[in-house]
Amino acid sequence: MSSQQQVLPLTGAEPPDAKHYRGDHLLVAQMVERGSKVLDVGCGDGDLLQLLETRGIDGRGIELSREGVNRCVAKGLAVVQGDADTDLINYPDDAFDYVILSQTLQATRQPRVVLENLLRIGHRAIVSFPNFGFWRMRLQLLVGGHMPRTENLPATWYDTPNIHFCTIKDFVQLCDEINVKMERAVALDLYGRPLRLNAPWWFWNMFGEQGVFLLSRAGKGR
Amino acid sequence: MVSVQSIQSPAIHAEERAHEADHPSSLVALFGADQPLKLDCGIDLTPFQIAYKTYGTLNADRSNAILIFHALTGDQHVANRHPVTGKPGWWETMVGSGRPLDTDKYFIICSNVIGGCMGSTGPASTNPATGRLWGLDFPVITIPDMVRAQTMLIDRLGIDTLFSVVGGSMGGMQALQWTAAYPKRVFSALPVACATRHSAQNIAFHELGRQAVMADPDWRHGRYFEEGTYPHRGLGVARMAAHITYLSDAALHRKFGRRMQDRELPTFSFDADFQVESYLRYQGSSFVERFDANSYLYLTRAMDYFDIAADHDGVLAQAFRGIQTRLCVVSFTSDWLFPTSESRAIVHALNASGARVSFAEIETDRGHDAFLLDVPEFLDISRAFLESAGKARGLIPTGG
Repeated sequence: MSSQQQVLPLTGAEPPDAKHYRGDHLLVAQMVERGSKVLDVGCGDGDLLQLLETRGIDGRGIELSREGVNRCVAKGLAVVQGDADTDLINYPDDAFDYVILSQTLQATRQPRVVLENLLRIGHRAIVSFPNFGFWRMRLQLLVGGHMPRTENLPATWYDTPNIHFCTIKDFVQLCDEINVKMERAVALDLYGRPLRLNAPWWFWNMFGEQGVFLLSRAGKGR
Repeated sequence: MVSVQSIQSPAIHAEERAHEADHPSSLVALFGADQPLKLDCGIDLTPFQIAYKTYGTLNADRSNAILIFHALTGDQHVANRHPVTGKPGWWETMVGSGRPLDTDKYFIICSNVIGGCMGSTGPASTNPATGRLWGLDFPVITIPDMVRAQTMLIDRLGIDTLFSVVGGSMGGMQALQWTAAYPKRVFSALPVACATRHSAQNIAFHELGRQAVMADPDWRHGRYFEEGTYPHRGLGVARMAAHITYLSDAALHRKFGRRMQDRELPTFSFDADFQVESYLRYQGSSFVERFDANSYLYLTRAMDYFDIAADHDGVLAQAFRGIQTRLCVVSFTSDWLFPTSESRAIVHALNASGARVSFAEIETDRGHDAFLLDVPEFLDISRAFLESAGKARGLIPTGG
């Protein structure tokens, strides 16, 4: 895949408070420049936003569940109750430096439209999602003959909110299709640790439990 | 002949009500000829007075003041017995020791709006130029006029920046107007169940209420007080209609259903056979005991005229451009008077202007009135928002 050359290594020591935070959150936080303005779409309980605010980042959130919003407001975060599919359209162009979609893409009705909106609202987007090409997923389908369930995705097929699963390979193809530039890409293993950097895409697609991508708009004149 | 009942005449409280309009049993700030209130209609109102209540203690650096705004028919008696009706304050779920608006932490101020009838200058007050009550000689006022008067009160109290502005319904409109017009004087804002403009449907309901008052022959073109009459039927009907809009179908059904009032069978008359009829009549008659009919006309009109975007070329986001105020906007799922879509419009505008805004929609079947009731989720979010703002303001220790 042509995009592989654009993948840059991640550097930087883990912060001292690292063990309080999820691995993918720490990775996302490392991708965000200090002092920037960030929108976290599907911010849940606001853990990532809190982590970002400790790093001097001006954060905002959108969260679908009322309980999540209430917990965020209790933490002093600026979070609005809303839906990625219907509410991103109301944000103006270039309103944020980064728009984050963490483990939410697979639950949207129109992932492509959502992705396009992320990069309209923000100069950059950071997207993380569970990789449906992960070997354990493949194995469950191949050998077990049933829809895969994992520790991180425990819901059954009939009550899961995740309606648009994709693999890392699928996502890279979508980015190519809608002319999105991948500035960084990282695959995390089951324990939230980055896979070795020089691995080929097929290896990531097989052994990455989730993918984290830093995206920007490719070229001018969009 | 078929039996008919209508709203009872308000024999009680008439004197207290009239007395409160000029001589309120709360604090009063007087503004003389040197400090006129410049009204949107072009008139300078002078002299005028603002009746207000305070709770809690202002801290040494005057940074813990919260200004509360009452709704259409509320007043400054937020958390104390009402001087006319003897009932508890209208927001005791929200205001008090240990409550979300904690009187142990904050200095709470609530003033009666200009145009009201509980001691701030309005149509029920005496016009010093004539010695008669203002009545319809009182100029038509707006929400920005109310807020401008409040800024003069806050100046008088020696407070530069309010820690928060808080209100529901018409009170929420004032919170938004404060934030849009005086953003540097407002550290945080909690507008609840409101909108930045009054909708056509809401103007229509207000017109219905006003026409009911004015159709009452006892209204006498607004000079009922001089003619010894009172338009209690018209005002009562206005209140009954308005009260329906404050509730919801589900709440009415849950509370009353089709249950009969003190009877088993229909009486085949126009008596209040149904509990819901009896309830509405009670709401109508208890309201006319405490509220001035002309004041009702003026305050509903002020809400009708409210439209923040109109002052900014129709672009709401312009009204909030560059503001530093933290906001928490709250709506209720069953509120059809100020539906969630109105709150979302506020939030979209605030987002577009880059403001620090939170928004929560609270699930309840209690309609618009939910903001006045014991709705734990609403109280929790209000508390959480003010506490986090209090930490940012240095009023509350962080990490606690």
